[in-house]
Amino acid sequence: MIKKFIYLEWKAFIRSASFGKNLTMKIIIGFLMIYFSLIFIGMGVGAFYVLKDMKLEPLVTINKFLIYYFLFDLIIRLLLQSIPVLNIKPLLVLPFKKPTIVHFSLGKTVLSFFNWVHALFFIPFSVVLILNRYDVVGIVFWHLGIMAIIYINNFLNIILSNIDKLFVVFVVIILALAGAQYYKLFDITTFTTPFFQNFYDIEGVFLIPILVLIVLHAFTFKYFKKNLYLDAGLSVKQDIASTENLTWLNQFGTLGTFLKNDIKLIKRNKRSKTTIFMSFLFLFYGLIFFANSHQPAVMHIFAGIFVSGGFLFVFGQFVPSWDSSYYQLLMTQNVPYRGYITSKWWLIVIATFISTILASFYLFYGWEVYLTIVVGAIYNIGVNSHLVLLGGAFTKTPIDLSNAGGAFGDKKAFNVNAMLLSLPKILLPLALYSIGLYLNNKNLGLGLVAGAGVLGFIFRDKVFSLIEKRYKIEKYSTINAYKQKS
Amino acid sequence: MLINKKVKMCQFDNQIILSIRNLKSTIKMIQVNQLIKNYNGTTVLNIENLEIPKGQSFGLVGNNGAGKTTFFSLLLDLIQPSKGSIHNNNIQVNTSENWKSFTGSFLDESFLIGYLTPEEYFYFIGDLRNQNKADVDALLAQHEEFFNGEILKNKKYLRDLSKGNQKKVGIIATLIGNPEVIILDEPFANLDPTTVSRLKKIIKDLADNPNVTVLVSSHDLQHTVEVCDRIVALNKGEIVKDIKTSKETLQELESFFAV
Repeated sequence: MIKKFIYLEWKAFIRSASFGKNLTMKIIIGFLMIYFSLIFIGMGVGAFYVLKDMKLEPLVTINKFLIYYFLFDLIIRLLLQSIPVLNIKPLLVLPFKKPTIVHFSLGKTVLSFFNWVHALFFIPFSVVLILNRYDVVGIVFWHLGIMAIIYINNFLNIILSNIDKLFVVFVVIILALAGAQYYKLFDITTFTTPFFQNFYDIEGVFLIPILVLIVLHAFTFKYFKKNLYLDAGLSVKQDIASTENLTWLNQFGTLGTFLKNDIKLIKRNKRSKTTIFMSFLFLFYGLIFFANSHQPAVMHIFAGIFVSGGFLFVFGQFVPSWDSSYYQLLMTQNVPYRGYITSKWWLIVIATFISTILASFYLFYGWEVYLTIVVGAIYNIGVNSHLVLLGGAFTKTPIDLSNAGGAFGDKKAFNVNAMLLSLPKILLPLALYSIGLYLNNKNLGLGLVAGAGVLGFIFRDKVFSLIEKRYKIEKYSTINAYKQKS
Repeated sequence: MLINKKVKMCQFDNQIILSIRNLKSTIKMIQVNQLIKNYNGTTVLNIENLEIPKGQSFGLVGNNGAGKTTFFSLLLDLIQPSKGSIHNNNIQVNTSENWKSFTGSFLDESFLIGYLTPEEYFYFIGDLRNQNKADVDALLAQHEEFFNGEILKNKKYLRDLSKGNQKKVGIIATLIGNPEVIILDEPFANLDPTTVSRLKKIIKDLADNPNVTVLVSSHDLQHTVEVCDRIVALNKGEIVKDIKTSKETLQELESFFAV
């Protein structure tokens, strides 16, 4: 019976809209994945020697940070890891036993990227420990304990994903714990380090997380099975709708019509709401660079671009896929492509502008830092906004906005691939900025980047025509791709 | 002699009247030429020539896969023809977009914006068709009976409505802005019996308007015969019947589709 499921899954995978269409894209993503895997493995191998160099006991030090590692992992999962949904509804009335359906759904999550990615770090790390004459049995037990906790996170994510905005709670917990530790009020690691260390030191302690894992698995299984009804776990939550007219936008004509629609789109769909949250997080991205003098100066412009570009990267990336479910409607209405693209452009510009204003707290690090952010914003408005819209013509993965299912619904937003695809958009300003730095003139670098932005802004009519042409060429294949529901 | 002349005059008059009538009914709205659509070497639609005069109510019937939706999609420039062309009011649909301003259409639920309330959706379409809120409200008031109290002011988003209610919204939305061409794909499917008879009345009213050309496709021969002046049957992508509706039409069609 499991064979049949695997058959279905395989078909769903190879026949999805995003598969195979854009081979170059797949190859690039493949390379990036290998690249990041190598970094992880390198970290696993290197961590031991680096910590040793710093005269720290490697295993104890890692154990010290594990609590944060696991909490952080849980947040990332709550945000990003979608629960793989087997297309359950059609299976319910077929002669499948319910436990089989549930077992398979849960089994699928076990194979998720979010689980095996940790192995890339922990396996090399464990191997290096063994090579350095740590007790083999102890390390194996420690490793099993860690794995069990990773899988505990996996099942926690499944159970908790039904609760909205839960990750915020965990973010607060982490911030509180880290803050308390930093100010030496309360140090959680004094309790957790020995616990993790005991996996290694005392034989049998690792059975604790494994037991917890088994109990949790049983619980998840029961929970899933109990909810396997159309009006329970498989039901779609219905929101109480309120009509908003947003009449103040009427003065902008067609542009206003689309803006009105986009605002409702963002407000009323889980997926798009998450993008707003993500772009808010981007605001703080600069802290890594500006608060840290070890970072090379050239990375400042990198941060500058990202601080104001959050919305651009996480929302703009998916234009026009946001409208994928009713793309045919738009194509039959009296809508010039230009009006459509322009309204999306304005949305990005407004968001970039707001982000720039919100980012004014960077003035705390000096006006030069803020200037970098403003220059980044100019570049985002002038160049990157056009680039994402242009890229949108090739984005043919439909977004299922209405997906707000119950326990089994895939409600997670945001796709990791898209993030990686945005990398090229920052290489050009990086290059321009480094020219300035190379000539020992930081302001020249900023000037070059801003200049590129202004140029892009001046020629935006030309660029829009180009984008419009692209959209028209891609029209039919886009419509076709959007007809496939993911 | 005199009588003879009078008769001749009468004939002449009649001829004039006839030719005026012909002239009126031969203002072409939709003109299809040598239209072929292939998918991987299989021809799914092949229409040599089809003219739909202005004001006609045109019914398209056929089995699944006969090419009805393909034809409408081509007419709306949602897919590209492999060969040939379609003109909508003398505008070639895949080269100019000007036909969009006078064409209203509803093919399926993908024409609805799920996260809007029905009211918002109507106003959105209204905005795109240069209709202000009052115009849209007037139209909605006209069709209150059709909505049967299940659509407006119901605090529900379109995505949460039942299939039938979604269809009601889509159908009425095509009427916004008084389009001259209205295209409805399978409008009777998924509707309850009461709504079907109300919809028939709406389509008949539209058909009575000499400026509005209605194109309807359906599996249901009886409904189509009731509301359309002319019925074209498609089979495997080709026109197999083209009849002006009369008393015998239904029987003729039924015997055609009977195995």
